[in-house]
Amino acid sequence: MTQSNNQSSSRRDFLKVTTATAVGTSILSTLGSSAHVYANGDDKIKVGLVGCGGRGTGAASQALSTKGNIKLEAMADAYRDRMDKSLSNLQKQFSGEPEKVDVAEEKKFVGFDAYQKLLDSGIDVVILATPPGFRPIHFEAAVEKGKHVFMEKPVATDVPGVRKVLEAAEKAKEKKLAVGVGLQRHHQANYIETIKRLKDGAIGDITSLRCYWNSGGVWEPRLAREEAKSEMDYQMRNWYYYNWLCGDHINEQHIHNIDVCNWVKDAFPVQAYGMGGRQVRTDKKYGEIYDHFAVEFVYEDGTRMYSQCRHIRNCWNSVTEHAQGTKGFCDISGAKYETTGGYKWRYRGKKTNPYQVEHDDLFAAIRQGTPYNEAEYGAKSTMTSILGRLATYSGKPVTWDEAMASNVSLMPKEFSWEGQPVTVPDENGYYPIPMPGITKVL
Amino acid sequence: MQAKTALLAILCCSSSVAFAADPSEAKTEKEMKPYTQKITNTDVSFDMVPIPGGEYVMGSPADEKNREEDEGPQVKVKIEPFWMGKHEVTWNEYDIWSFNLDIQRRKLMRLKSDDKEKAADAVTRPTKPYTDMTFDMGHDGYPAICMTQLAAKTYCKWLTEKTGHYYRLPTEAEWEYACRAGTTTAYSFGDNPAKMDDYAWHYANCNDTYQKVGQKKPNPFGLYDMHGNVSEWVLDQYIPDAYKKWSGKGTVEFPVSPTTPEKLYPRVVRGGSWDDDPEALRSANRIASSSDWKIQDPQIPQSIWYHTDAIFVGFRVVRPLKVPTAEERKKYNLDPVIPADEGR
Repeated sequence: MTQSNNQSSSRRDFLKVTTATAVGTSILSTLGSSAHVYANGDDKIKVGLVGCGGRGTGAASQALSTKGNIKLEAMADAYRDRMDKSLSNLQKQFSGEPEKVDVAEEKKFVGFDAYQKLLDSGIDVVILATPPGFRPIHFEAAVEKGKHVFMEKPVATDVPGVRKVLEAAEKAKEKKLAVGVGLQRHHQANYIETIKRLKDGAIGDITSLRCYWNSGGVWEPRLAREEAKSEMDYQMRNWYYYNWLCGDHINEQHIHNIDVCNWVKDAFPVQAYGMGGRQVRTDKKYGEIYDHFAVEFVYEDGTRMYSQCRHIRNCWNSVTEHAQGTKGFCDISGAKYETTGGYKWRYRGKKTNPYQVEHDDLFAAIRQGTPYNEAEYGAKSTMTSILGRLATYSGKPVTWDEAMASNVSLMPKEFSWEGQPVTVPDENGYYPIPMPGITKVL
Repeated sequence: MQAKTALLAILCCSSSVAFAADPSEAKTEKEMKPYTQKITNTDVSFDMVPIPGGEYVMGSPADEKNREEDEGPQVKVKIEPFWMGKHEVTWNEYDIWSFNLDIQRRKLMRLKSDDKEKAADAVTRPTKPYTDMTFDMGHDGYPAICMTQLAAKTYCKWLTEKTGHYYRLPTEAEWEYACRAGTTTAYSFGDNPAKMDDYAWHYANCNDTYQKVGQKKPNPFGLYDMHGNVSEWVLDQYIPDAYKKWSGKGTVEFPVSPTTPEKLYPRVVRGGSWDDDPEALRSANRIASSSDWKIQDPQIPQSIWYHTDAIFVGFRVVRPLKVPTAEERKKYNLDPVIPADEGR
């Protein structure tokens, strides 16, 4: 890589990727029968990828960039074209080490049951990166089959899904399976250091938190109605705009910020109040999701977390988290705080690529047989986002406990191209939109 | 009667426009004046400053403090006249293109689209950014950042269709010529970095963020923030010894190292930024882009439009007096070429 000298000698010491950081407080465990130790990186770890979109492909690339002998051996997706594109991108990426991306034709699986075939194909670790609605089913099956797992956030879109993930997380612990969740801020050096300081009382007791994911929105619907083979095909290709697949943007993106607040509090909210709606993204092509939410979460000790997420262009944007304490204020995402006494601190360490480090940490744990399980907080932060959505859609306060007891499932009864999603459009192509004050969510 | 008056007023108005010397319609170097370019169907405009043609010596002398190897040998270059953005392109301007704000506003006002807008609509607009690309450092009046060179070039193409005037990125040689503005010192205000705070936002005075454009003193050509605030994209591929190829050939006309979409890195940004120390802000300093500028883009393929980590990179536009022919555009790779597998 060619760079001008003063670029590389810049004071900010730009984005040097650190090597795998040691995994937290790792205690070597006695190993269960289903867990395998990949000693010294010599043993080959065989990876399978379920969900071959941009993020799944990125996650596979990061997994393959961890230390030690490793190979992508199997791929699964609902769509063949997504899988082929993903494979060719990975082959390009690893053209210098082609042995790392070696997926035989018989290890390419397509369709709704592709994940099952992949789990039976002899892989050691599975990356779950389909749209989030499928995560609980996929995670449960992966644990059942004794696979180590990296799964993208959020880990569910509805409450039954969250419960399924929590149950499977317990089983994964019993089986000594390592589970990583793509809430990568937990592996980002500036967050780790800042939150450690907050917990050490840098700004006193935390009295409130606020966080935002305000941006211009995500990709436009990819498939036009007339191009779709069926309603299922239409929603699958345009998955961001359907709740069973995505969980709305409070769940799909804003979870990162909500999760950081939970991390700071070491707790999950007990109640939420919310408001939101569809102000700009009203066309029928935008399915059923909202374009803005403002939610107030309450923790058990009375502390509040104020959250906003917005997908509207040309407005104030911010993707950040902040904490107010009895003795100061912290810009968590900016990795700086200031005390009422006038002391200022700012993170000056190296910047790391958290998407790489989260894989470095997970695979180090797998190789060493160290206990590693992020599924529980992943599921509970997912639940926090869902709680915010339920409060917003209903326009009423919703408690964690009553939500957790809900059996309202967003998932289709049948997973096939002919199967019907729970929400379908009217004769004009419009979907039923949740209406605060009227919509029942529990 | 009222209708007639109104019609007359329109006629008078339009004819007066035709007769007045519209500075944006200059045909010769002599007629070139500063002008304000409006962007149709928005309330956004930006200022262009005439840069006279001439010759200068590109690169830095061997004895310049903090000079780097890639800044020499010095080359004599001939520059044709052009206009240059008085300021770095701001989010107000850039977001019109990236978020279709002109079309949204026109529809809200129930106006019909004209031919220029139709042509502009045919230019690709970027996918939506994954996250907030201002990184909460400010929007209105602040320089747009984090775009790839392709995005900056495509913006220029859109702007060309939208306004009917030919806009593009400056070449590296044009940029340095405009930055030096007749000077031969390390900075356009001399050699002494102690004067830096009057002219530039840099690491020591910026409070860890970019700043609104145009707050410091301009250079002798009347251009603001050429040193510091954000580094600026130019058209060239970064070739460390590019000047060696050009030196010893007398006065070089229109030197540029063309880019190809297959070879994304490194390309050149100039001027240094809020996140740099004074030596990076020197007129001759060259900065090469790298894949690190996208390190936090979690997708594969990575976005062709955004550099998730280049929060110190922006650009400004130029408008050559002589519009290049299709052949010239092709010869120098002036047009943006979107790679076939852009992976959206």
